[in-house]
Amino acid sequence: MAQTTLSPDYMPGDYVLRRRYAVGRWLRYLALAIVVAIAIILLIPILWMVLGSFKIQRVALAYPPELIPSDPVIDNWERLLINRPSMRWMFNSFIVAGGIAFFAVVTSTCAGYAFGKKQFPGRTIFFWLILMTMMLPRQIYIVPLFVLMRILGWFNSFQGMIAPYLVYPFGVFLMRQYMQSIPDELLEAAKMDGASELQLFRHIIVPLSRPAIGAIAIFAFMAGWNDYLWQLVMATDELWLTLPVGVAKLTASGVGSIDIGVGMAGATFAFIPMLLIFLLFQSYFIKGITVGALKG
Amino acid sequence: MLARTGQKVWEGRWGYIFIAPAMIPFVIFTAIPLVQGLLLSFYKAGLNRDKWQYIGLKNYSNLLTRDPVFPTAIKNTFLFVLGVVPAAMVICLFVAVLIYPLSQRKQTFFRAAFYMPVVSAGVVLAMVWVYIYSQEYGLLNYIFDSLGLLHLLNAGEKIGWLARTDTALLSLAIVVLSWSLGQPLILFLAGLGAIPETLYDAAKIDGADSWQSFWKITLPLLRPTMLFVLVVLTIAVFQVFVVVQLMTLGGPANATQTIVYRIWVTGIVGSKFGYASAMAVILLVIVSALAAAQFKLLDRQMT
Repeated sequence: MAQTTLSPDYMPGDYVLRRRYAVGRWLRYLALAIVVAIAIILLIPILWMVLGSFKIQRVALAYPPELIPSDPVIDNWERLLINRPSMRWMFNSFIVAGGIAFFAVVTSTCAGYAFGKKQFPGRTIFFWLILMTMMLPRQIYIVPLFVLMRILGWFNSFQGMIAPYLVYPFGVFLMRQYMQSIPDELLEAAKMDGASELQLFRHIIVPLSRPAIGAIAIFAFMAGWNDYLWQLVMATDELWLTLPVGVAKLTASGVGSIDIGVGMAGATFAFIPMLLIFLLFQSYFIKGITVGALKG
Repeated sequence: MLARTGQKVWEGRWGYIFIAPAMIPFVIFTAIPLVQGLLLSFYKAGLNRDKWQYIGLKNYSNLLTRDPVFPTAIKNTFLFVLGVVPAAMVICLFVAVLIYPLSQRKQTFFRAAFYMPVVSAGVVLAMVWVYIYSQEYGLLNYIFDSLGLLHLLNAGEKIGWLARTDTALLSLAIVVLSWSLGQPLILFLAGLGAIPETLYDAAKIDGADSWQSFWKITLPLLRPTMLFVLVVLTIAVFQVFVVVQLMTLGGPANATQTIVYRIWVTGIVGSKFGYASAMAVILLVIVSALAAAQFKLLDRQMT
């Protein structure tokens, strides 16, 4: 049979499942139906949010709910984009998440290189120190960090929101794992040719690490974009809110009745940038998730 | 001896130079605050620095014996972890085994569907789910009503999912679960891809049925991946905050209080720095103990 020579990537249909487990056809279909059902359950809230953003309050509060809004309106979007500084919030989020991603890449690449390729006393201890914080929730030191920010006076500022994320432990870990795939001979050869340490880093390490850099940039960006708690702590002025914090306050600020339409429009607005980034860089997401876990 | 160490340090100087950009901010914004938090937990400390006062272990004894909410918060946090983590692992394992054989295109669709809630941020999902859970006009009650489940569960009355003490925590856990599936699924798929087909062929020749293949081949070979997922998920779920702050504010009747939410309410909103730091230290002890246990398991795999 020709099929047996195909690599797993090209195996048609449920060939592998049949090959791995002798499961009856109907059981297989039933199981797949469950998977499809879970996927739909996960997607419904997102769909409901987008639909909700086009409902006026009367429709949003209707029961039974109108699954497709009978007369869709863009009022909510107008109020979100014109009456609220939502564009500014998005800008803030991009600066904060972008800054976090930039510094994560720089510190992870440098430190990952040192931990993966350099010999120096204390290497293991330093690495474990950083790795340990990967395991610790940031909330453990959020209070002293808050006190520090009060002393520095960094509320309502980009540096205040970015500073605690200059080091991205997961990035350091991922980069060290990645460095082990770069052969030592390559570095030796470059040294023989008279490359300085910095040239070596700039012209060999950085170009070779591009896939890992991409993964770190995206994960750090996503972490920064979704980092609700710290931004909630740091931003008190309406103009300094980030998109998730600002959007969350849309519904919380209403006394008594909650404006659902605007809330859903805000949630959709906050969702779109990350969705685009995910769709554009899907392969980096997958690579980043798997590289850290499976290698080494 | 000293000279030899000095020599080694000198030879490793580029190592230090390259870790400096990471170590310096690490010390300032992580290591020092960690130590400070520990010290603060022995103080009665509020907004006015001059009035900070050393009170020994009093914060801890108050927390564990006199605080009306904190023990509940610890219990709820554990319930979150014990509910969400195993559920996520089982669902992801099941889904991964099933979609692994699908064509690349179909697999991408499922991966994207499961990863979508991860991408969309806690805030976004929390806001939508408040709407979905709403008692008067929520989609969930409508779906339950259409399926006849409201009659079964609540005599036909609409359920206030977030307002009842017996459903609030579960309702929040489902939201957290929904964004805890994407990453493990991708990891499990990668783990399955690393298992050679020949093992299954050999098992078949030896007369193993599919159940045995799954238990004797798939599960043991996925062990490293499962441990990694276990560690990452546990720590992530321990930090549960967004859903509480946006959906229930810890209520009803403290049914959804969590440790991190208490830290925020006490330390940031209430400016009781010392008391909140003691909570954080307790969280640290719990998480460290768990992480150490899990790490021991992991370490055996990594080295």
